[in-house]
Amino acid sequence: MAAPQQQKLKVNGPVAVTANRLTDGAVVWRTKAGGWSVELADAAVVTTADAALALLAEAGKRDLDAVGPYVAPVLVGTDGALAPGNLRERIRVAGPTFELPH
Amino acid sequence: MYAYDEFDRAFLAERVAEFRDQVGRRLSGALSEDEFKPLRLMNGVYLQLHAYMLRIAIPYGTLSAAQLRRMAHVARVYDRGYGHFTTRQNIQFNWIKLDELPEAMAALAEVGVHGIQTSGNCIRNVTTDQWAAATPEECDDPRIWAEILRQYSTLHPEFTYLPRKFKIAVTAAGHDRAAIKVHDVGLRLHRNEAGELGFEVLVGGGLGRTPFVGKSIRPFLPARELLSYIEAIMRVYNQYGRRDNIYKARIKILVHEIGAEEFSKAVEAEWAAIRDGALHLTDEAIADIRDRFIYPAFETLENEPAELIEALADPRFATWHRNSVHTHKVPGHAIVTISLKPVGAPPGDATADQMDVVADLAERYAFSEIRVGHEQNLCLPHVAQRDLPALWAALDAAGLATPNVNLVNDIISCPGLDYCALANTRAIPVAQEIAKRFADLDRARGVGRLHINISGCINACGHHHVGHIGILGVEKNGQEFFQITLGGRADEHAQLGTLLGPAVSYEQVPGLVEDVVDTYMELRAGPHELFIDTVARLGVEPFKERVYAAH
Repeated sequence: MAAPQQQKLKVNGPVAVTANRLTDGAVVWRTKAGGWSVELADAAVVTTADAALALLAEAGKRDLDAVGPYVAPVLVGTDGALAPGNLRERIRVAGPTFELPH
Repeated sequence: MYAYDEFDRAFLAERVAEFRDQVGRRLSGALSEDEFKPLRLMNGVYLQLHAYMLRIAIPYGTLSAAQLRRMAHVARVYDRGYGHFTTRQNIQFNWIKLDELPEAMAALAEVGVHGIQTSGNCIRNVTTDQWAAATPEECDDPRIWAEILRQYSTLHPEFTYLPRKFKIAVTAAGHDRAAIKVHDVGLRLHRNEAGELGFEVLVGGGLGRTPFVGKSIRPFLPARELLSYIEAIMRVYNQYGRRDNIYKARIKILVHEIGAEEFSKAVEAEWAAIRDGALHLTDEAIADIRDRFIYPAFETLENEPAELIEALADPRFATWHRNSVHTHKVPGHAIVTISLKPVGAPPGDATADQMDVVADLAERYAFSEIRVGHEQNLCLPHVAQRDLPALWAALDAAGLATPNVNLVNDIISCPGLDYCALANTRAIPVAQEIAKRFADLDRARGVGRLHINISGCINACGHHHVGHIGILGVEKNGQEFFQITLGGRADEHAQLGTLLGPAVSYEQVPGLVEDVVDTYMELRAGPHELFIDTVARLGVEPFKERVYAAH
């Protein structure tokens, strides 16, 4: 399975750019201000391939904060709240779907 | 245990210092991610879905108590309090931070543990039978030869940038617990009619998207020729293996495309040119390696001592003893498998506290030695039978005495989409739900030996092709689906499973597996016919008819 970074970009709805934080690998989202946030709610959301590619290109210019940026689907609620757009992103946001050993 | 010398210790210390410098330069921006990625991978550091993952090699599956205790320390201090034992005798820490990695690696290096050869296109951690030097079945300790291969292959300049990763497994027993037939090179150590030690050499086995069972290219290779012959194989692979397509770059593709006979001829020609060179193993060199393995000073004991007989009156102990205790080559001793598959828990995971418990028990009862098997369980290879009741009580108190070894809920599973950046579907929760269906271990025992293997993608880290029941996760239109195969096996009769039918949804998998098992119970010739033998006798059709009619 190719990682999202290696797949052809398809934009069929709202998307955001996500990556992993360099220092600890935490999931981060590209913000409207051009930074990174661990909160999906802060993500810049676009709906066209051109806008997504522009966001991705900007995100990839500096790799010191975040690693491996790619375009990920998001869901926008009626109240504007953002949620991950597929299972992979749900797991990235919420963690494994089972109770971790403790 | 193999005793590392000053060279090994100095080498690891230098390697940690080098990696510390690389991490520092990455964090400062002096190294880009493209420059840093191959460096971190050479030290076993991956970037997964939501964190870095550190994969640590456990050469030939052998750990000391001190090493396991240090792994517990790393899990507790640098991770989230647990580790995951893999199908290649490695351990993975799933939540490690890049800026703390050098400290974690330094802590591990102090006890001779590292992540070298756990990633990249090199010769990976050499694996073998977790019962090595304990089982009466074997002709020699296979770890001697695995260690020779480890020393030969570590940082070998000619084999650091192979077309693709390269995995070698060794067994010295008739019953193959190392799955040698599904490795790039499988080595079966045995003696010929003259009593000489040598290897049957198999090449081109492997799983992944194009699975093959390895082909035998040499029935008997004198043991002392091991390195020159392996080098000949590697050179042929290095020369002819494809580098233009990652999916066709493993040696199995080369062997398949040119045929085992042609491949063998090329190896023999290369070998003829180098066999009498520096790689010819002298008796002294072999003895030097052999002497660095320190074996337990076994007491002279009788089988079935009074303490054991008395304890067997306890049904819980007796059940565990029947399931998890195996015959040792020395009278009065036993091999103990520690299940890391408590019903409903992630397969192969152990908490830091559990690792400490196993380390303590290994020191007290098992000559400080622990083994890791590709089935993702631990093993204490040398336990006096008189100590089994006390050992069991301590394991039971730590949640480590589930008597389900080789049963339907002793499931092998990759991390799947819950951790892995390559996965299409989850695997661990599937394993958990199936295990819960058979939580009644009396029922599981009634079913008998049954291996379920689950992979969350075609890369097959869960070895689904060789599961008696294999489960492969595939993604369709954003949904998780699973293909089921029956009849695979990873032992000396290794074969790939046969597809049962159309893929089913995530929710359907546990019920389908239960139906497969129920069908087996109805169709088997008797309680002594194992699942795998019923499938071999009847094929998958009777299972397909019953299972798909129900779904």
